[in-house]
Amino acid sequence: MAEKLLKKGNEAIALAAIRYGADGYFGYPITPQSEVMETLMEEMPWETTGMVVLQAESETSSINMLYGGACCGKKVMTSSSSPGISLMCEGLSYMAGAELPCLVVNVIRGGPGLGTIQPAQGDYFQAVKGGGHGDYKVIVLAPASVQEMYDFVGLSFDLAFKYRTPVMILSDGAIGQMMEKVELREPIKRLTDQEIAEKYGDWATVGKQPHRDGNIISSLSLEASEMEEINLRLQAKYQKIKENEVRYETLQCEDAEYMLVAFGSSARICESTVEMAREKGIKLGLLRPITLFPFPEEGIQKMLPQLKGVMSVELNAGQMVEDVKLAVNGKVPVEFYGRMGGSIFSPGEVFEAFSEKFNL
Amino acid sequence: MDVKDIIKPENLVYSKSKVLTDTVMHYCPGCSHGVVHKLLAEVIEEMDIQDKTIGVSPVGCAVFAYKYINIDWQQAAHGRAPALATATKRLYPDKYVVAYQGDGDLASIGTAEIIHACNRGENIVVIFINNAIYGMTGGQMAPTTLLDMKTATTPYGRSVELNGHPLKITELVAQLEGTCYVTRQSVHTPASARRTKRAIKKALENSAQKKGTSLIEVVSTCNSNWKLSPVKANDWMVENMFPFYPLGDIKDR
Repeated sequence: MAEKLLKKGNEAIALAAIRYGADGYFGYPITPQSEVMETLMEEMPWETTGMVVLQAESETSSINMLYGGACCGKKVMTSSSSPGISLMCEGLSYMAGAELPCLVVNVIRGGPGLGTIQPAQGDYFQAVKGGGHGDYKVIVLAPASVQEMYDFVGLSFDLAFKYRTPVMILSDGAIGQMMEKVELREPIKRLTDQEIAEKYGDWATVGKQPHRDGNIISSLSLEASEMEEINLRLQAKYQKIKENEVRYETLQCEDAEYMLVAFGSSARICESTVEMAREKGIKLGLLRPITLFPFPEEGIQKMLPQLKGVMSVELNAGQMVEDVKLAVNGKVPVEFYGRMGGSIFSPGEVFEAFSEKFNL
Repeated sequence: MDVKDIIKPENLVYSKSKVLTDTVMHYCPGCSHGVVHKLLAEVIEEMDIQDKTIGVSPVGCAVFAYKYINIDWQQAAHGRAPALATATKRLYPDKYVVAYQGDGDLASIGTAEIIHACNRGENIVVIFINNAIYGMTGGQMAPTTLLDMKTATTPYGRSVELNGHPLKITELVAQLEGTCYVTRQSVHTPASARRTKRAIKKALENSAQKKGTSLIEVVSTCNSNWKLSPVKANDWMVENMFPFYPLGDIKDR
């Protein structure tokens, strides 16, 4: 039987990294996610799986260590929180441009600036729309439980290598800090250097092989026409991701007349709001995007014929609501409710806002 | 008589390293980069480590180092080569990892990365080209620009009041426990090029012996941006750069 533990979301990330065969973790302490690296250091995976764990001098350095590690065809990851992720955005753009696989975990705190250490979802735009410079996307997964924090580490590595692209787990201080039961999955062995050379030797810097010239990993091209080709290739990849990797979950949507859209910890709160509404005889459902890029546009569109209104519920000033509106495209009214700066709404507050906005 | 009749193995006194590609270098005539590339390629060939060496190229003129030396290369963001090299070496401890950086890359934007990589004693080799100016962007002030030296951003000469002092980063990293070999060389004469080649070889050997970080500064010319002929640039370097950046080993243990 699989081992079950009571763990914080951040601890689950660390345990999952080791058990999903990560080769390297490079990070810098920042609240509210420091338990990720602390747990890794306690576990000492270099003694067991051979995984490298290194505390870098900054988030800038962490993401560039990831860049180097990803060039090597290795499974590498980092974790941070909002201000740290801002520092990493340059590196993410480089890695997206150079088509490198990696995992970046953002345990969001309230912003802007140094902000606060309480949970928020104010980094949605940064994660989903780019963050760094240029036309790029990263796959963004939004866990809503400690179990998903664990499971999405494995999923992220699979997607990162499948598409050779950075993947971000967009969590927040609530999911990172709360303790829940987590079921540990069957461990996956790290690939040997030989296996990596065989699998990724055609592109990765594993050392020049006799049958080929040196591999070059770069995001640079001084020819505009060449750079446009690279961009077209990237966009084609993002299109493929949109077609194949959308993930979402619905709750009580079968007969719903109204629908909340919420991700991560907001979705957890909205589950209770749905119950409250149902007790009052209001047919309310919840759609929880699991992938924020690619966004579940079709999942929302499928619901529209039966809906009278949609409300996006977020711990920010209204970010995902823009994508909800694009998906709804004016067919039904779209409202927004949110709180900011580390303050969290209760299920009742969400219900009140919902009732008021739709005059129920 | 065909050229092939002349170039026979028995007639050859010198040939280009097999580790160098046939790509024509973009470096200006007189630039030190080409010589340093050649030396690095020769050492890689002599040590027979072409399949075990991973290079990290910087942002700056040497961004295209990957076109000329036929090994696996990572092209880093500006200043971050030591971070990439750190992860690469830790993930492949048996490989040789060489970070190749210029003065703006290593001593300005990448100061944190070089200091901390050296302080951790990463078993990497850093080749640091110091020509006291930004080359690729067109001759702006570098952290190593000498006082009174004219550049695109110090048109009246570098002044302490406006720009602070030139940074001797090599002396600085020599203070750190993690470095095992810190040396300052040049490539302006055949003898100095030979010394630089020996230094590169020693640095790679240190890396294999896990002795810590080796850093080789090569005091170099940038005749285009110094606006001097190659010969005059060499003379200017000897006269002005060497007194402030004296050649020789700073640390060897």
